[in-house]
Amino acid sequence: MSCKELVELVTEYLEGSLPPEERARFEEHLGICPGCVNYVEQIRATITTVGTIREEEIPPQTRDELLAAFRDWKPT
Amino acid sequence: MAALRAGDEAAFAALVDRYQASLVRLARMYVRDQSVAEEVAQETWLAVLNGIGRFEGRSSFKTWLFRILTNRAKTRGAREARSVPFSSIGDPDEPAVDPDRFQDAGDRYPGGWREFPQPWEGDPEERLLAGEARALILDTIEQLPPNQRAVITLRDIEGFDADDVCNVLDVSDTNQRVLLHRARAKVRRALEQYLEAA
Repeated sequence: MSCKELVELVTEYLEGSLPPEERARFEEHLGICPGCVNYVEQIRATITTVGTIREEEIPPQTRDELLAAFRDWKPT
Repeated sequence: MAALRAGDEAAFAALVDRYQASLVRLARMYVRDQSVAEEVAQETWLAVLNGIGRFEGRSSFKTWLFRILTNRAKTRGAREARSVPFSSIGDPDEPAVDPDRFQDAGDRYPGGWREFPQPWEGDPEERLLAGEARALILDTIEQLPPNQRAVITLRDIEGFDADDVCNVLDVSDTNQRVLLHRARAKVRRALEQYLEAA
């Protein structure tokens, strides 16, 4: 497995969907290649970082309208 | 859910704050402009209120919510004649990493890195986690093809698992993974450029 091939399998690797033999070859490559270790770690860091994105605040008018709709709907 | 059914406004407000922006982003995959996407998201909340009595809890609330959104957005998109063919995943050979980063057939290690990617442990990663690149990430996600944008939003921002994404977007497991792979690779590339420029 070359580095160029490995980078295309990272998502399957992280999803746990690589067949056992391919997974073994993937990990064998990681054992000898600091560049690919760094690449996989960069992808993990990317996932973690994207996961920290909290959404922008929603426009107050939209929020007010939705809450007004809720009050209309609200069972009394 | 019980709080919502009982008419607890704070519970509803919390859900709106939590999900509205993602609903709008996902709707943008099917409809042309931002204001229509916002309308679709608002209609989705009204559909939630009207349907809450029928929600049986067989799927998670989140999956149910986003399915309502995609159904409405598709209808709206079809009316606007701009539905995205979700089955198409684009160029099958689109590489995760620029091929120039790897050695050629005549080089010493064909397909090996010319220069290793740099580790991000320590300072770079801390800067990323502190939210320094937030605008860059949002911008990069915004520039992705719509179906990649939808998958990375649901998987990595919303924390859906793969099955839920397939369910909400009606894509096969394989396509879900390919789209996620490409989206993550592009965000990684943007972050790498950002960190190297700093």
